Amino acid sequence: MSNPNPPVTEETHAAGGNINPVDNKFTERLSHVLADLGKNGIFIALIAVVVLFSFLTNGILLRPQNISNLVVQNGYILVLAIGMVMVIIAGHIDLSVGSVAAFVGACSGVFAVQWGLPWWLSVILSLVIGALVGVWQGFWIAFVGIPAFIVTLAGMLIFRGLALVVLGNANIGSFPTEYRALGNGFLTNLFGEFELDPLTLGVGAIAIIALIVQQVRTRRGRQKYGQDVEPMAWFITKLVLISAAIGFFAYSLASYKGIPITLIILAVLILVYGIVMNRTVFGRHIYAIGGNRHAAELSGIKTRRVDFWLFVNMGTLAALAGLIFTARLNLAGPKAGDGFELEAISAAFIGGAAVQGGVGTIGGAIIGGLIIGVLNNGMSIMGIGIEWQQVVKGMVLLLAVAFDVYNRRRSGS
Amino acid sequence: MTTNILEMRGITKTFPGVKALSNVTLEVARGEVHAICGENGAGKSTLMKVLSGVYPHGTYDGDIVFENEVVEFKDLTDSESKGIVIIHQELALSPYLSIAENIFLNNELKGRNGLIDWNKTNFEASKLLARVGLKENPTTKIMDIGVGKQQLVEIAKALSKQVKLLILDEPTAALNDEDSDHLLDLILHLKGQGITSIIISHKLNEIKKVSDTVTVIRDGKTIETIAKADVTEDRIIKDMVGRDLEHRYPDHTPNIGEELLRVEDWTAHHPQDTSRVMVDKVNLNVRAGEIVGIAGLMGAGRTEFAMSLFGQSYGSKITGKVFLRGKEIKTRSVAEAIDHGIAYATEDRKTYGLNLIEDIKRNISMASLKKLEKYGLVHDNEEYKVANEFRSSMNIKAPSVLVKTGKLSGGNQQKVVLSKWIYADPDVLILDEPTRGIDVGAKYEIYSIINRLAAAGKGIIVISSELPELLGICDRVYALSEGRITGELPVEEATPEAMLKLMTMEKPR
Repeated sequence: MSNPNPPVTEETHAAGGNINPVDNKFTERLSHVLADLGKNGIFIALIAVVVLFSFLTNGILLRPQNISNLVVQNGYILVLAIGMVMVIIAGHIDLSVGSVAAFVGACSGVFAVQWGLPWWLSVILSLVIGALVGVWQGFWIAFVGIPAFIVTLAGMLIFRGLALVVLGNANIGSFPTEYRALGNGFLTNLFGEFELDPLTLGVGAIAIIALIVQQVRTRRGRQKYGQDVEPMAWFITKLVLISAAIGFFAYSLASYKGIPITLIILAVLILVYGIVMNRTVFGRHIYAIGGNRHAAELSGIKTRRVDFWLFVNMGTLAALAGLIFTARLNLAGPKAGDGFELEAISAAFIGGAAVQGGVGTIGGAIIGGLIIGVLNNGMSIMGIGIEWQQVVKGMVLLLAVAFDVYNRRRSGS
Repeated sequence: MTTNILEMRGITKTFPGVKALSNVTLEVARGEVHAICGENGAGKSTLMKVLSGVYPHGTYDGDIVFENEVVEFKDLTDSESKGIVIIHQELALSPYLSIAENIFLNNELKGRNGLIDWNKTNFEASKLLARVGLKENPTTKIMDIGVGKQQLVEIAKALSKQVKLLILDEPTAALNDEDSDHLLDLILHLKGQGITSIIISHKLNEIKKVSDTVTVIRDGKTIETIAKADVTEDRIIKDMVGRDLEHRYPDHTPNIGEELLRVEDWTAHHPQDTSRVMVDKVNLNVRAGEIVGIAGLMGAGRTEFAMSLFGQSYGSKITGKVFLRGKEIKTRSVAEAIDHGIAYATEDRKTYGLNLIEDIKRNISMASLKKLEKYGLVHDNEEYKVANEFRSSMNIKAPSVLVKTGKLSGGNQQKVVLSKWIYADPDVLILDEPTRGIDVGAKYEIYSIINRLAAAGKGIIVISSELPELLGICDRVYALSEGRITGELPVEEATPEAMLKLMTMEKPR
């Protein structure tokens, strides 16, 4: 409180904060924007990676076909990342998802190809098997109390082994068309053949409108309850930027093959799980457990039940990822799902999840997964060998978490 | 040449947005025990962090003069090399290492070959243990000795560093009376050996006992330094809170109604050693509008009783009956206990009470999310509103309810815990050490909140190791010893002497 005019009375002191309202408002706004940027650092990182690789690949990265590929190639990792970030927020980890994906993929091969069951029945049965795998692991973790690291490390071996057993040391291949659509189908040409698919553009437009309506309603709701909201100018800027990104994305898809089925599955999952984590009691309980398990227990939260259902959910999502992957390759093989768990875990951590639990978001994990996807894709286009790709991805994971740790230490929490 | 070993002059320390210390002056004479008092958040710890180099030179304004020499510490090691050692409230010992290993941690005694000389280490450690009056084998693991002894090990560790100025941050906060007395005697004993001590404490009787001088800090400023002869509890309290606290306990006119909770023959065993009885046939009741105290020494089974009752969150082989408004209920899980209208606010709010990485809002709603549920979704604006109401009604000092609870002071954290349970709207509230580690001003507020709850017809059970507190706020007090209720007195008859007699009553053997 260094006031140049010494005799400071109580009143001027109290009014000190409003001496220069214009200046103050500006700094307040600026700090809002900066805080927002800090919170969304991961989003900026994604943009930086995209920009970097558009240059390095001479724009190939952002070509319509490649954008479409980016989604389809990374769909299954993103599906896994959703379940993984939830598991991590609760303070656990799941190392088995790659093996589970392979196992379920193999089972679906038996159902759809060897037994010739209808594609939809095969899909449902496969998802049920995934859920049962989750029941098995969740039982050991939640009710016996064995650390998830151990249970899922065991699961990694068990389900990889079972995948091989089901396959009988051979690949199962040539799935029905409907099944294959899960991995490489497109929703397109409903209104006939056009240069730009009108359906895709329409969906993009609807998405933009829905986003704006939802954001404005949230903002109004918060204002009604006297909560702090971001400055109007920044709010609009953000909406315009995000709408532009969605618009570009929809345009790219429309000028290639339309909306990938994988993207539809993903969009539904992101929407549903985003709401689950933010707005439902179950989601809140996950955060509470990850933040302080004892306190959660003593607040009446049934921690074991939450743990159990988390792993059932993870098993189901791993099954879904297995289906998408198998459909994409049109082949259920013994090597499927190799290293998926590491990519999903990396996505969650790059996306800001905390190793100790309690912190993380679905959106963050998705963006983390996209960063990995862009790195993979960009480096492949540039012709960088797999060995260096691994080095780069490892460094990115390390630096992302280091940045996060540094940030948290600086803010003192 | 002054007789002061330490002078801190005009210390000012600013954090972004907060002036934690403003022009603080502290003079400590050589060979004295100097007490520093102040409410939580007054700046005591910050001042000690400046002194010990945790906040290095350059991050604060002002001068530190130690042994007539201006010092500029870069870090903790720097200040330790000059003989300033700080012992924090949370002990910095490694539980799996031995006493000797802990004492010489990062200061290992090496032989000529460069390897650790274990014989010498243990020998030197036992000499240091003798100096602090601890009869333990230096090879005993830290986890196998009690908190009181661990505190002594910390002091032995300080002695091994040739300490000249020993700083103790709330040294007796976690100790029982016997251990506290021993520790305070040790401080006086070390004074006889020429070691100057600074002791930070909330406990006024303790300050009166050991200190030669008391400095009171409030809102980051030195209020006054008082010599021993002039120290009175009232004066210190007045300095600390900046106003007269005529009564340390708010007035409470009981308006007692029907019986709410009755517990019969409640027995619980140790969770691992299931043959050990921890709670032994406890019978008690609480009526609407009544504040009932449970007094007991450390280890009497107070928390064990409360937690075993609260959804069996402690113990094994639990038997007994619980009646709510005369009807028998089961409390097999915490959720069940809460559903029946029983709440328990823990004694250890950081470990068991709060999600420190989450904000105030979400901590308050944690036990009652169902109330905020609408169409299967949590109504988060309503949650914000509720939290804000509690922030003002409970006087939680924070700029907004979006502040993480880990950043609040002890008193405000406790208010968040209480808000959580008040929002759950129970009939019976069990408060375990509701004012532990909280400064005088906030204590008064907590007592007022307890009174308000009783006036609203809730039954309150208060567990506390501070007898004056129980006698000050309760209507009726139970004494607990070795897991048994050894007596029950209306507060008018509960003199400290009578209570202590009941609290120390041993089992007939």
